[in-house]
Amino acid sequence: MLIRTQDLWKIYEMGREKVNALREVSLEIEKGEYAAIMGPSGSGKSTLMNLIGCLDTPTKGDYYLNDKLVSQMNDDELARIRNKEIGFVFQTFNLLARATAAHNVELPLVYNGTESEVRKRKAREALKMVDLEDRATHKPNELSGGERQRVALARALVNNPALILADEPTGNLDTKTGHEIMNIFKKLHRQGNTLIIVTHEHDIATYADRIIYIRDGAIEKEERKKN
Amino acid sequence: MINIFEIREAISMAFAAIKAHKMRAFLTVLGVLIGVTTVIAMVSIITGLNKSMAQQIESLGSDVIYVTKSEIGIQFEGPSEEERNRPPITFEDAMAVEELCPSVEAVSPQNWGPGAKTVKYRDNKVSRFQLIGVMPSYEVVNNNYIEEGRFFTDSDVNYRAMVAVLGYDVVEVLFPNLDPIGKEISIAGRNFAPKRFRVIGVMEERPSILGESQNNFVLLPHDTYKKLYPEEKELLLVAKPKNPELLDQAIDEITQVMRIRRGLAADKPNNFAVATQDDIMDIYRNITKAIYMVMVVISSIGLLVGGVGVMNIMLVSVTERTREIGIRKAIGARKRDVLWQFLIEAMTLSGSGGILGIIVGLLLGQLVAAVTPLAAGVSLFWIILGFSFSVSVGLIFGIYPAYRAARLDPIVSLRYE
Repeated sequence: MLIRTQDLWKIYEMGREKVNALREVSLEIEKGEYAAIMGPSGSGKSTLMNLIGCLDTPTKGDYYLNDKLVSQMNDDELARIRNKEIGFVFQTFNLLARATAAHNVELPLVYNGTESEVRKRKAREALKMVDLEDRATHKPNELSGGERQRVALARALVNNPALILADEPTGNLDTKTGHEIMNIFKKLHRQGNTLIIVTHEHDIATYADRIIYIRDGAIEKEERKKN
Repeated sequence: MINIFEIREAISMAFAAIKAHKMRAFLTVLGVLIGVTTVIAMVSIITGLNKSMAQQIESLGSDVIYVTKSEIGIQFEGPSEEERNRPPITFEDAMAVEELCPSVEAVSPQNWGPGAKTVKYRDNKVSRFQLIGVMPSYEVVNNNYIEEGRFFTDSDVNYRAMVAVLGYDVVEVLFPNLDPIGKEISIAGRNFAPKRFRVIGVMEERPSILGESQNNFVLLPHDTYKKLYPEEKELLLVAKPKNPELLDQAIDEITQVMRIRRGLAADKPNNFAVATQDDIMDIYRNITKAIYMVMVVISSIGLLVGGVGVMNIMLVSVTERTREIGIRKAIGARKRDVLWQFLIEAMTLSGSGGILGIIVGLLLGQLVAAVTPLAAGVSLFWIILGFSFSVSVGLIFGIYPAYRAARLDPIVSLRYE
C-alpha cells in the first residue's frame, strides 16, 4: 500500500469559527494506481492534496506514505519526503522564470546533493520522457503553455518519486494541449508510476482508473474503471 | 548545514538576480562600495605617505635634538597660558648647552622671526619664504650643506655682514639662468625698508616633506638677523650629539643645563620642550591615527547605509519571489535551505559591492600617486579585510529577510500572485 489515511481531519480556525475542511477521510491508494480526486471548488480536494503531498499536516488522524507515518513528521522530514517521494505538477506550472528548462528540472536534485554531472544527465533523461530535449536551454517565457507543463512534469519525474501529484494540470491549457498532457500522464502510468490528479473537470478525471469524489470535506463516492 | 550544490545554486541565482536588476543592485550596494572604497583608498594613500615620511625624516638625520619653548605637536587650541608665559629660549642658552654638555657636538640656534616680506633680484621676486638667522654650526647640525659658494663664518656673524645664503627654491626664481654667487639681492621686512645683501652661497636641495618644499628659505648670519629684528628673542635650538648612541645622554644633559639655567626646583616640570626626530615621527603617526579614525567613521557609515540598503532590497526580493520560495519548498527545500539561499544572495550582493569598492579604491590610490609625489600601496590584508567586511554586511543585514523567507508557508506561497 502506497498511501493509507485513517480518519484525517483538517480543521481551520477562521476567527472564532471552526471550518472542517476535511472530515474523517480514510483512503487507500496502491502502488501503480492512477487516481483522480474530483470535487467542486471548496469541497476540500485541495486540502486533501496538500496533505497527501506532505505540504501540510492533518489536525487529527494518521497518514502513512510507503508505510511511513508522515502525519507526525516535522518540517525538515516533510521536506525530505517531498523531495524524494513526491513529484508535483501545478495548474500554473510554477517554474522558476530566470532558470532554463534544464535548470528547472535539475532543481529537486540540487536539494538532495546530487553531483552536477548526474543532475545534468537525469534532467536530460526526464526532458526526453516528455519529448522536450530540444528545449532544454529555453527559459519558461520562451515556451508555450503545454511545453511549460511538460517541463514541470519532467521536474516531477526527475527524482523518480513514489507518487506524482498533479493539481489541475490542464487548468491553464486549451483543451487540445490539455489532452496532450493527459496522454503523457497515461504513458507515465503505463510505465508503472503512481499518479493522483486533482481536478474539477470530469473528462480529465476519466483518464484515471479510479475517481474519488469529494464533497464538503468528505469522500462522497468512488468509481473504478472496469477493464 | 546545506550542501555545496545548493551554495553554487544560490550564488548563480544571486548573480542572475543582480543581472536582472543591475541598477537596483548597484544602488543597493552603493553604501558598501563607498565604505570599502574609503578604506582601500585611505589605506593605500597612508601606506604611501608612511613610506615617504619615514624616508624623509631619516634623510634629515635621526640624531638631532630640538629645544623649543612650547611642545612640538599639532595643537588645536594654540599654546596654553602656561606655555605662552614660559621664558624664551635665548642665544645664551645655546652657548651654555654647547659649552656644558659633553655629549653635544654642536648647537645651532636658529631665529624664526615674523619673516620678511619679499626678496628681490632685479625684476624677480619671491614673497613667501622663511628668513632664518643662523650660526656657522647650522650646516653640520642640520645635515644640510652648502652646494655652491661658501657658508657663513664667525666673522660674518661678528661683523653683522650683509650676506645671505639661499635655499634652492629661492635661487630658481631669482636666478633662473644666472650664477647667484656675488649678486646683490634686496630683502624687505615687515618692519624695515629694503636692504641689500650679497649672495655668498646656495644650500644643497633637501627632499620635501608631505609635499611641502624644504628649500624655500634665505639664511642670514645670526647677528645680522638680530640687527634687523632687535625685538625678536625667540629661538629654536637644534643640537647634534657627538654620535647617535649618545642621543639619550645628550637629551639628559641638555635638560639638566636648561633646568639649572632657569632655576627650576626638582619637583617642577620643564618649562621648555626637548624633542627628537622620533618625537616628530610620533606626531606624524598621531596624524595618521586621526586619519584612520576618520576613515573608520566614514566606512562604518557607508557599510551601515549599505547594510540597510541590502536588507531593504532583500525584503523586496523575498516578497517578489514568494512563489519561487513556495516552489522550492514544494520540491524539497527545508527552512534552512531557503534561509541560506537568501543569506548567500545578500552576501553575494554586498560582496560584489565590496569588490567594486576595492577596485575603485585601488584606482583612487593610483590616481593620488600619479598626481602627487606620494607612493600608493595597499597590502593584501586590507583588501581581504575590505572584502570580508562587505560580505559580513550582507550576512548580518540579510538575516532578517532570509528568516522571513524561510518561515513562509509553502501552501500560501504557492498561491501567491
